[in-house]
Amino acid sequence: MTNQENAIHRTFISGNDAVAYGVQLCRPEVIASYPITPQTTVVEKLSELVANGELDCQYFNVESEHSAMAATMGAAMTGCRTFTATSSQGLLYMCEMLNYVSGSRFPIVMMNANRTIAAPWNIYGDHRDSMAMRDSGWMQVYVEDGQEALDSIIQAYKLAENCDVSTPVMVCVDGFVLTHTYELVKVPKQEEVDAFLPKYTPTDNILDLDHPRGLCISVSPEWQTEFRYQQYKAMEKAKEIIPAIDQKFNKAFGRFYGGLIEAYKCDDAEYVLVGLGSVTGTMKIVADSLREEGIKAGVLKIRFYRPFPNEAIQNIIKNQKGKVHIKAIGVIDKAVSFGNHGPVYSDVKAALSGFLFPKLNFIAGLSGRDIKKEDIKEMYQKLICVSHGEETTEIQFTGLRWKE
Amino acid sequence: MIEIRWHGRGGQGGFTAARLLGMAAAQYDECYAQAFPSFGPERRGAPVLGFTRIDKSPIHDHSKVYECDYVVVLDESLLETIDVTQGIKPHGRLLINTTKKQKDFAKLGVSEIFTIDATAIALEILHQPITNTAMFGALVAISGIVSLEAAKISISLSMAPKLVEKNQMVVEKAYYLFKQGASL
Repeated sequence: MTNQENAIHRTFISGNDAVAYGVQLCRPEVIASYPITPQTTVVEKLSELVANGELDCQYFNVESEHSAMAATMGAAMTGCRTFTATSSQGLLYMCEMLNYVSGSRFPIVMMNANRTIAAPWNIYGDHRDSMAMRDSGWMQVYVEDGQEALDSIIQAYKLAENCDVSTPVMVCVDGFVLTHTYELVKVPKQEEVDAFLPKYTPTDNILDLDHPRGLCISVSPEWQTEFRYQQYKAMEKAKEIIPAIDQKFNKAFGRFYGGLIEAYKCDDAEYVLVGLGSVTGTMKIVADSLREEGIKAGVLKIRFYRPFPNEAIQNIIKNQKGKVHIKAIGVIDKAVSFGNHGPVYSDVKAALSGFLFPKLNFIAGLSGRDIKKEDIKEMYQKLICVSHGEETTEIQFTGLRWKE
Repeated sequence: MIEIRWHGRGGQGGFTAARLLGMAAAQYDECYAQAFPSFGPERRGAPVLGFTRIDKSPIHDHSKVYECDYVVVLDESLLETIDVTQGIKPHGRLLINTTKKQKDFAKLGVSEIFTIDATAIALEILHQPITNTAMFGALVAISGIVSLEAAKISISLSMAPKLVEKNQMVVEKAYYLFKQGASL
């Protein structure tokens, strides 16, 4: 039997609890909350922690998601570490404020419980909400399980608050499949997190009576391009800093996620399937079973969707001798960009535009539809067929109830 | 990997049982586990599902559970409208809360069926027909997935203090109904 103290650090908790404990360990000074399924239990748990005196923090309920982001930004202007969380319609409702925050360079961390967008309305998970916020100027990281959710919150503060980055981070956690699933999660000790993530030292981008300055300013056409260029450069810089933070995290906590991407059995892979979030674990199991049958299958997990890891993806295509070993690549999108490819596929295809092997886009897992192991196996089989010259449509809706 | 499906009605605590089992395995028996409910809005009295996955190695599978080693039915009336045998593996086991005998369920075609009057145990000890912990104790007994000690600890660390002692008694009573010859 493990004693109770050790048990606290080896806990069986939901993905939302993991997020809440991750936030608690980062010692935010202000949290603004507004509930929405399937995120609500994150802010509920945090409110409990504040009420019990386990988290010293200004916690307040606001009247909407738009206000949640506005309030969080107001707090960030005073030099506080801040947090909020949302999902789906709530994320869309705070869209305007997301852009205010990123353009004003406040290092806010937010959790988004990925859930589809109405209409048709439902509460289940896919990536249509956060993908729609692709160009909001926020960094986006997608996680595979509860442990990565907790760890990514800690990493997100480290990243956002880096003075060369000063850009907000959205930690995307698959609704229900992760938020409401209980798993074994190691909760780090407070002193370990304090050492990794010291108290927030804001830049001079704060309200200061002794040094009055404008924040969140208006800019004329003569200077707007320069402001946008700086945001662009900050994201480019983040591409260097993200792997370094992950390495440092590994040293401190013994867990490493590959930085921008995780290339699973890609070194010699002929057929690679690309995905984000919780489905990537299931993809690894299928790749393992295909390898037992002699098929060289690999999984490319994209952690960071913004900044997009173009170079990291290009690097997995060739072996050490510079030979291209990939025969076909498929991308799972849990989102639709009506009138074009899925959003992730568009980016992967652009990153690999110099490579002529076939590429397929699988639209799957929309609004909570399960992506079964058989579905993933079928995707790999389609990659094998298309690599042998079989003609097929580039964009395929997995599990569609009728054939066209 | 062992996969368990729990059938209950909203409010009966079926998912709590799924979670307690996962907790006992993961936190105290050095295994890995996953527990999740049937996702979505919950309504009191409506049929709901809970799932537990347990393995010696880390569990990366986040697809749904389609095949089960054990199916636990907290409410016998569910048998009238739901095929609880769906996806039971060839040597899978079915555990039903009922006053009837095993042979009364022969038509379900499951090789191993276990029955227990969990409602009676719950009424006797908890004075309420909340059967999730009795079914948890019964499953622990027929499966040996986790130890009785781990099962009891999972209750002590996840339930409100005033509920712990009585629910541990419920788990023990159900457990020993299946462990013939063992003393209480």
